[in-house]
Amino acid sequence: MNERSFGEDSVGFVETQYATLCEPPNELVLDSGVKLGPIDIAYETYGVLNEDKSNVILILHALSGDAHAAGWYKGARKPGWWDIAIGPGKAFDTDRYFVICSNVIGGCKGSTGPSSINPATGRPFGLDFPVVTIGDMVRVQKRLLDHLGIDSLLTVSGGSMGGMQALQWAVDYPDMVRSAIPIATTSRLSAQGIAFNEVGRQAIMADPNWNHGDYYGKIPPDAGLAVARMIGHITYLSDEGMHAKFGRRLRDKEKYGFDFSSDFEVESYLKYQGEAFIQRFDANSYLYITKAQDYFDMTNETGSLVEAFRGVKARFLVISFSSDWLFPSYQSKEIVTALRLNGVDVSYCEISSTYGHDAFLLEAGQQAILIKNFLAHTMEAVAHGR
Amino acid sequence: MVVDRVDKAVNGAGKQRLDYDLIIDLVTEESRVLDLGCSTGDLLKLLIKQKKVTGFGVEIEEEKVYSCIAKGLSVHHGDIDDGLADYPDHSFDYVILSLTLQAVKKPKFVIEEMLRVGGKAIVSFPNFAYLPIRWQLAALGRMPMTTDIPYEWYETPNIHLTTIKDFSRFCGENSIKVSDVFYLGSKGQIRFAPNVFAKSALFVLG
Repeated sequence: MNERSFGEDSVGFVETQYATLCEPPNELVLDSGVKLGPIDIAYETYGVLNEDKSNVILILHALSGDAHAAGWYKGARKPGWWDIAIGPGKAFDTDRYFVICSNVIGGCKGSTGPSSINPATGRPFGLDFPVVTIGDMVRVQKRLLDHLGIDSLLTVSGGSMGGMQALQWAVDYPDMVRSAIPIATTSRLSAQGIAFNEVGRQAIMADPNWNHGDYYGKIPPDAGLAVARMIGHITYLSDEGMHAKFGRRLRDKEKYGFDFSSDFEVESYLKYQGEAFIQRFDANSYLYITKAQDYFDMTNETGSLVEAFRGVKARFLVISFSSDWLFPSYQSKEIVTALRLNGVDVSYCEISSTYGHDAFLLEAGQQAILIKNFLAHTMEAVAHGR
Repeated sequence: MVVDRVDKAVNGAGKQRLDYDLIIDLVTEESRVLDLGCSTGDLLKLLIKQKKVTGFGVEIEEEKVYSCIAKGLSVHHGDIDDGLADYPDHSFDYVILSLTLQAVKKPKFVIEEMLRVGGKAIVSFPNFAYLPIRWQLAALGRMPMTTDIPYEWYETPNIHLTTIKDFSRFCGENSIKVSDVFYLGSKGQIRFAPNVFAKSALFVLG
């Protein structure tokens, strides 16, 4: 695999980098009031920072994402999670822009989270890790950019929970963010969204191996985490998409088995997704990150979304997908309406797709055209000092 | 609401639409403009270039939204029949509805919304009392088709066709101030008996 040759649209081999931030006495004060520090953050960058540092794009990942958004690790079988969108000539064109992606706080892919060592005890945090919010994730990203000497962002973009962070960025740092591209997201997680997250958490916590979060060095709650992932995965697809992909096809058999082994394609697909996930994800991180989503409500402080967006300066491209029932288009339209009532320059497009919520990870064509053109015109406006 | 505003309503190949010229003349420099049913954004682009306006569009067809974004325009993918609730009162100097009125489901509501969010509403529509249309219906007994309404009856998006006389009456009955009217033929403005000889009309309301 190390001999692999890359297409012209790949960023090639990449390596994750690490920064240690918020070291005492400059700990981060979380939304919960708890102080946390030092905080390790894993991040990757692609492309070249231009001279006046005006071409920086911050990519924000979703629930199960990480800093590895594009390119390949040596020996890997798959590229980064948004490789279809990041690379030379792609939506986020690394020939033109300098792209940064970091793993969120609370995660398990190199940033400080519940599986990290608690400096106070010398053991993994487990449930002693403080509950974090989307706002906390964004504040840590800001510290990372400070550390990298970057004070202006051409755009912030991400899908799903990444879109939540993009909205939070535009609100919390209006002078720093030139544009935002929130995709398949919401300004507050719906009751349905909270419900699915809770079922996922209950699956983990019902696994005896979970042991109140104290399982590091022992057998982890793999069964619970796999079920959580299976539930999540259903919500990322659509009825139409599942019908097209699996239908009622049987897996490796001609007739029903009349037992409780897997009969259907869709069953073995979900099992595969669950088993693949436990190899790469920490159950406690799943609890913390879904909790951060549940707490996300941009109207928390102001009571209204229009008020919440007061002071936003970025121009916006809001994208939703027609078959997304986890973050349906009406939730994107709420964002658009509230921004527009604040006089914000916002474009909105609902892309027709059968992929459901996962469309933002899979739809390369139309999404790429929209983003590429929007960014080119934003960059031009920046160059002309507008 | 589906109207192929640019592709099918052009006055001859390669020639800019007459109502576009009029609208560009009417709109003042550096004003704020909302174009409803903006199609691929050609009019907005012209207004930005020639009148330095701040322009926004609303378009229902996804492919056309891509064209607008590619032109650097701000566009909303949506249905104008749902109203303009996203826009505060008086947030635009002009709201434009160019050859689209006949295809909306709720013309009265759309015009009221235009006047709520805009200082002036610019509305152009094909005149269904235009002589060749009368001829096709009265003498030939056929559903009329012209360059402005080029659809067969079974596939037309045009569900609210009107005449200059009827639209004027509509404005009067609803106390809508008409500040200017232009009657358009194939080659220029029509002065005589417009309800018979004008292919389309452009009303400036408010």
